[in-house]
Amino acid sequence: MKEYLDRTIDIGPYVPEADDDLIICRCEEITKGEIRRAIHEGMFTMTEVKRYLRTGMGLCQGQTCGRLVKQIMEKELSKGISTDGENTARAPMRPIPMNVYGKEAE
Amino acid sequence: MSVRCADMIVVGSGIVGSSTAYYAAKKGMKVIVIDKDGVIGNGGSSRNGGGVRVSGRLAPEIPLAKYAVENIWPNLADELGVDIEYHRGGNIRFAFHEKDLPALENIKRTNEAYGVNIELIDRAEAKRRCPYVGDSVVGAAVCDIDGSANPLKATLAMYRAARNLGVAYYSGEEAVAVQNVRGKARRVITANGNVYEGEHIVLACSYQARALANTVGVDFPFRQKLIEIFVTEATKPMFDFMFSAVGASGGAYGHQTEHGSFVWGGDSGHEHHPIFEKDTFQCIQPTASAISRGTMTYFPALAELKVIRTWAGWIDLCEDLVPVIGPVEEVPGLMVAAGYSAHGFCLGPVSGKILAEVAVGETPCVDWKPLAYDRFKSIF
Repeated sequence: MKEYLDRTIDIGPYVPEADDDLIICRCEEITKGEIRRAIHEGMFTMTEVKRYLRTGMGLCQGQTCGRLVKQIMEKELSKGISTDGENTARAPMRPIPMNVYGKEAE
Repeated sequence: MSVRCADMIVVGSGIVGSSTAYYAAKKGMKVIVIDKDGVIGNGGSSRNGGGVRVSGRLAPEIPLAKYAVENIWPNLADELGVDIEYHRGGNIRFAFHEKDLPALENIKRTNEAYGVNIELIDRAEAKRRCPYVGDSVVGAAVCDIDGSANPLKATLAMYRAARNLGVAYYSGEEAVAVQNVRGKARRVITANGNVYEGEHIVLACSYQARALANTVGVDFPFRQKLIEIFVTEATKPMFDFMFSAVGASGGAYGHQTEHGSFVWGGDSGHEHHPIFEKDTFQCIQPTASAISRGTMTYFPALAELKVIRTWAGWIDLCEDLVPVIGPVEEVPGLMVAAGYSAHGFCLGPVSGKILAEVAVGETPCVDWKPLAYDRFKSIF
């Protein structure tokens, strides 16, 4: 049977921690506390946290914060919910100006 | 195998399914939402350009779009408790060739028949309102009540609000069949062998609604088309409005987000025949480069802006390019909201409201009957 995620699961209340104001996503300036609160609001996968808070949506596309976010999620969701792995990598690998990208066909 | 029961079973956790669940739960219904994907709203709801607009819509869906833009979107952030970045900056549809001007007049006629004001402006006025538009612009159509929102946040905000009202979500549960019990649609069976049972079964799962409806003998003329989009780095505020180019090939539609980035979609012309990684939603090769060329022509001032991410998604094209919404008469208990043909984000919340109202027997906020499933009839 395929694994499925029961989102009625109770992961307990959000409990503030001393280092909650630590910046995790430097491009978008998202803190550990914001990530932990989002998880308690029902964002149970890396993709959902990203879309909800913008972690990993900045210029580096999560290359810096991806693993940190994953660690925070795994700790917070210790009741056996598996997050959906890493951030999805998408083209282009490095930011490309449109007047360069547009010449791809030449 | 487990059997779970509720008043309403919704298949699809995107903006349409989650809105239906939210409004139904607000009316006191017990609701379960299932989705084949592990991530909430991972279909069109998370892959679109964020347009919340009435202009350029086809006649049968304008009353819904108008209700949504006038009555739902302006209050949604407050209602859901999340800043969904709704912004009513208007929509400007630019024409770059004389031959495209009649299309703008047509949009004006279609919208004004429904009481939506469209202003046609000439080249000089277009340049005045948008100094960044290319010199080849010949005119534009402006709709003031249009705007945009952040589709990622709006979809998750709707999910969060529904979940807070007690809606039970099960992700990774792929519906494979609807089952009738004593002549009524009552059960949804998943690939895992689980059963979800309820008085109302709602198919809010875009193209997949077709195969599910087929299991109880109903068909909708849907097909899939690939659609692609990209996002740029953030820059200073330049565009306050949604924009698009009418009749464009390799075209451009999009908006500048609150974050400062441009979300920008367009066609390369290969979308009906894609060589496409279905599991990962990577773009086909020609498109991002085609959209970039469109931008260089239509908005040359943006040509040096960097593209940071590209992605793709399926749209569920209905034969007449407007969705199928409402109860299915032949199969009591079955309701559908699918086939949005790329207009589902703006129409999601109003569709959910309508289905919830129908489910509890109230008069719906907008008449859904022009969009009923049985408008497709064979000629003989």
